Amino acid sequence: MDARVRALETILVEKGYVDPKALDAIIETYETKIGPRNGAKVVARAWIDPAYRARLLKDATAAIAEFGFTGRQGEHMIALENTDSVHNIVVCTLCSCYPLPVLGLPPVWYKSAPYRSRAVRDPRGVLADFGLRFPPETEIRVWDSTAEVRYLVIPWRPPGTDGWAEEQLARLVTRDSMIGTGLALTPSTLAAQP
Amino acid sequence: MNGAHDMGGTMGFGPVVAEKSEPVFHTRWEARVRALVMAMGRPLGTNIDQGRFAREDVSPAEYLSKSYYEIWYAGVVRQLLERGLLAEDELAAGKSLHPAVPIASTLPADAVAAALSTRFPYDRPAAAPNVFSLGSKVRTRNIHPAHHTRLPRYARDKVGVISLIHGPHVFPDSNASGRGESPQWLYTVRFDARELWGADADPTASMSIDAWESYLEPAA
Repeated sequence: MDARVRALETILVEKGYVDPKALDAIIETYETKIGPRNGAKVVARAWIDPAYRARLLKDATAAIAEFGFTGRQGEHMIALENTDSVHNIVVCTLCSCYPLPVLGLPPVWYKSAPYRSRAVRDPRGVLADFGLRFPPETEIRVWDSTAEVRYLVIPWRPPGTDGWAEEQLARLVTRDSMIGTGLALTPSTLAAQP
Repeated sequence: MNGAHDMGGTMGFGPVVAEKSEPVFHTRWEARVRALVMAMGRPLGTNIDQGRFAREDVSPAEYLSKSYYEIWYAGVVRQLLERGLLAEDELAAGKSLHPAVPIASTLPADAVAAALSTRFPYDRPAAAPNVFSLGSKVRTRNIHPAHHTRLPRYARDKVGVISLIHGPHVFPDSNASGRGESPQWLYTVRFDARELWGADADPTASMSIDAWESYLEPAA
């Protein structure tokens, strides 16, 4: 594939359709600027600022734009709040729709057949693949991103974090916790990280 | 179309395996394909739904045997060939053999940051009031269009409840074939897992889809 893609790029550059420096800039942006650290900032603020949380749940697109996180695949955002009785999980069964401005590009598993096929039919089984087990009475809500609406899960704030600053809290917020296939780290799991 | 891309409910793919410390791109070519697809949006003059259809309108065997970015590569090549921006002999030769055709615009490097942070909203002004309200019981239509559609097979002919109203949005079934945006009211419809997957499904689970008005009819 490497040779085929190089050939295609060569042709398109020769014809003047594409600027290779624009490709470099796109790749650099996705590799270094747009990623789940953005979403983590949104979640951390929602945890400590009740007024922000209320704005996020009412109009997530505008609340996320307060951080400057805007752009394609984030035009119509909905925030889904996990509670002690409700767990949300997001999928795109038809392709790979994902909230790019807050999470960056999706991981391979999110785009894979196992996840896309099973998240809607057997969400507890998929959650178990990620090591998550919920009590039988926990309500599991699966959101299939079939339009241009993009969903961001607000994970449950872990105990033992009272008085933590926003920047500290953001370090607890993992990518998977904002998709719904993970939980926020606890202070002890964060401390155990390399 | 009822293609292999419409995966919800398909069995046999095995467990979800997450990679530890996954890089944004695994290879150079994957990164170049991702960027090329974005950068060629302007010269191609195509919309997001046309791009999706170009990727999914293949035989199931082909779709399932290709990696994600191989599918993206095939999709953009198909669009370039269809629109005459590229010829088969050029692909074989690995160089340009024919003059460039006039294109609307390109994406210069210094416009990338703005292009990536610019919103391309899909909501549109309402031409008519919404037919369904929050809490309305609806049945998804039993339709099997041969063209692009965003009503997944697992959620056809099923009864659910309107849980969100998003306003009128560009209608992908029309937009993908160049027949215009034809905006329709967009709703989130929530289904009980047992409605979708039968009596032995998890009674605490629900699945929601975003559905355009013409996908829905009132349910008793």
